Amino acid sequence: MENEKTYLFDKPENVKRLLHILYGCCGLLFVLDFVIHRHVMHSWENLWGFYPLYGFVGCVVLVLVATWMRTFLMRPEDYYADEGKTELDKKSDAQIGEQNVDA
Amino acid sequence: MWMLEIPPFLPFFIGALIAAVTRGTLRNVIMVAIPVVSAFHLWTVPEGVHLQFAFLDYQLNPYRADKLSLMFGYVFHIAAFIAIIYSLHVRDTVQQVAAMLYAGSGLGAVFAGDLLTLFVFWELLAFTSVFLIWARRTRRSYAAGMRYLIIQVLSGVILLAGALFYAAENGTLAFGYIGLEGIAGWLIFIAFGIKCAFPMAHNWLTDAYPEATVTGTVFLSAFTTKVAVYALARGYPGTELLVYIGAVMTCFPIFFAVIENDLRRVLAYSLINQVGFMVVGIGIGTALALNGAISHAFNDVIFKGLLFMSMGAVLHMTGRINGSDLGGLYKTMPKTTVLCIVGAASISAFPLFSGFVSKSMVMSAALENGFDWIWLMLLFASAGVFHHAGIKIPYFAFFAHDSGIRVSDPPNNMLLAMLIAAVLCIAIGVYPSALYSLLPYDTGYNPYDATHVLAQTQLLFFSALAFVWLNLKGMYPPELHSTNLDFDWTYRRLLPNALRKTFAVIWQADLAMRQAFLVRLNGGLAFLSQRHQGISGLLSRTYPAGSMVMWVAVILAAYLFLSFITH
Repeated sequence: MENEKTYLFDKPENVKRLLHILYGCCGLLFVLDFVIHRHVMHSWENLWGFYPLYGFVGCVVLVLVATWMRTFLMRPEDYYADEGKTELDKKSDAQIGEQNVDA
Repeated sequence: MWMLEIPPFLPFFIGALIAAVTRGTLRNVIMVAIPVVSAFHLWTVPEGVHLQFAFLDYQLNPYRADKLSLMFGYVFHIAAFIAIIYSLHVRDTVQQVAAMLYAGSGLGAVFAGDLLTLFVFWELLAFTSVFLIWARRTRRSYAAGMRYLIIQVLSGVILLAGALFYAAENGTLAFGYIGLEGIAGWLIFIAFGIKCAFPMAHNWLTDAYPEATVTGTVFLSAFTTKVAVYALARGYPGTELLVYIGAVMTCFPIFFAVIENDLRRVLAYSLINQVGFMVVGIGIGTALALNGAISHAFNDVIFKGLLFMSMGAVLHMTGRINGSDLGGLYKTMPKTTVLCIVGAASISAFPLFSGFVSKSMVMSAALENGFDWIWLMLLFASAGVFHHAGIKIPYFAFFAHDSGIRVSDPPNNMLLAMLIAAVLCIAIGVYPSALYSLLPYDTGYNPYDATHVLAQTQLLFFSALAFVWLNLKGMYPPELHSTNLDFDWTYRRLLPNALRKTFAVIWQADLAMRQAFLVRLNGGLAFLSQRHQGISGLLSRTYPAGSMVMWVAVILAAYLFLSFITH
């Protein structure tokens, strides 16, 4: 790893630059809401910043709810692993392995 | 004009036969040539019924072409062509033959003009595709394939039952509008629903697709669910129930997708989410909504194929597919990274990418027809799909923390297949008129008005902002080695366990009853023997000889009497 070349996002300033571009775009898009005349089909769309807020809040709620779902849905990776296995199968697993990836 | 009568599935079935007996370059050339030649042929086919014959009392139309079926026919050819190129390096005859038969079955199903032919291809889809799962040759894939096959065959059996009821009710097997009337309507609806991955019938998809081979999943993602979407669009347009089912389908998978570790399973969940948009469109049933549903199916085949191909490339090169094991691959797989991002942008419906020009039709139709709350759900799902398929997939595979894995881009045939799909995604996004001209209805819809573009871009950029913010705050759920319980838990754990426990109780009760009976019986026998043993007992009593003589006399008298009355 010592003499490996550095890649684009190995430099933190490049990541920062990308994030600043994103923040800039978001700010610009928010302002455009007030500039562009929109043909709205629904009264909710008339609210300033409806789409940006909905997108942001929607995603935060999505992630928080999904994280909370982990508390009762998450199980170990091999939860279903012993389905329908006999003792003999379990023995042969040790020899042939469970995950074949060259297919 | 005998050429007209060659149904599109035939070249693929012949191709499968040839693929079974040829090897190497010859097989590759033939397999690539078949979808190309067949597509050119299909392009010249006019609308109409091109093949029909009588079976018993019923008229069968195995080859009916109209705008709806032709649309799916075209995209199935594109999908088959791309997936065949993607799998040219595979040296596994089982997969090559199964893939050709599977693609042919999909084509057979969308050109079926009657329910019996539809049923035949419906079952063939299941029996041919399962080999693409089993070809992984692991115990996991064998078990997942078995579950897949059972559910698919069940769907087919329900379809057959529905078709028989339909024939009895209507006196015809023709496959047209069916509607939710009578038992036939509901049975066929349920059969389509299972294949369409309706909520609670969806786990065959998330279970089996990620267990299939690298190339097999690319085929699988194209045909089965889209055949179901086609069948719903043909049989149940405007059925309001579909709007609600579809809306649920768009929303619930994204929660599972956010916490899922296997990136191909994340894509399987997002496949359900995309099919949800199509189902909503079919449920609304106006010209605009149906156009939206059909064109979204068309685009989804291509961009979902592209995403599955890019994740397949990652699995092929690294041997891993869990988000927790990957990261930093952009360094040595730059081409795959870019192609994956094109697929991600398309499924997220960025303007100028293919998802945008089709999904917006369904959304507009939902608003136009007063489905306000459904529209809000679809909007939430649009933000969510960007979150899990648009950002999560490329981010955890190619960026995120550096896993230290340094593998090169995949073989050229895989890159070429992805490139074709990516070019199509952008071409359709930039020039949607070509796609629109193939659609069944002419609605004069234009996706690129300022309002739409601005709204969609705002939604997506602020979703991205939410992702960045959650990540910086450390609130984004990390990728963990885990299994998340879904509805399949009911039939993989709950039901087997419940049955095991019930039978355990029944066996226990049965055992207890038998034992209690034996105890009683022994007790009774002991009591009797106790009572009648010894000098005074029943069996050891002494009788005088005179009583025996008397009984002999009684028996003789009875004989005498009987001989009298028989004469």
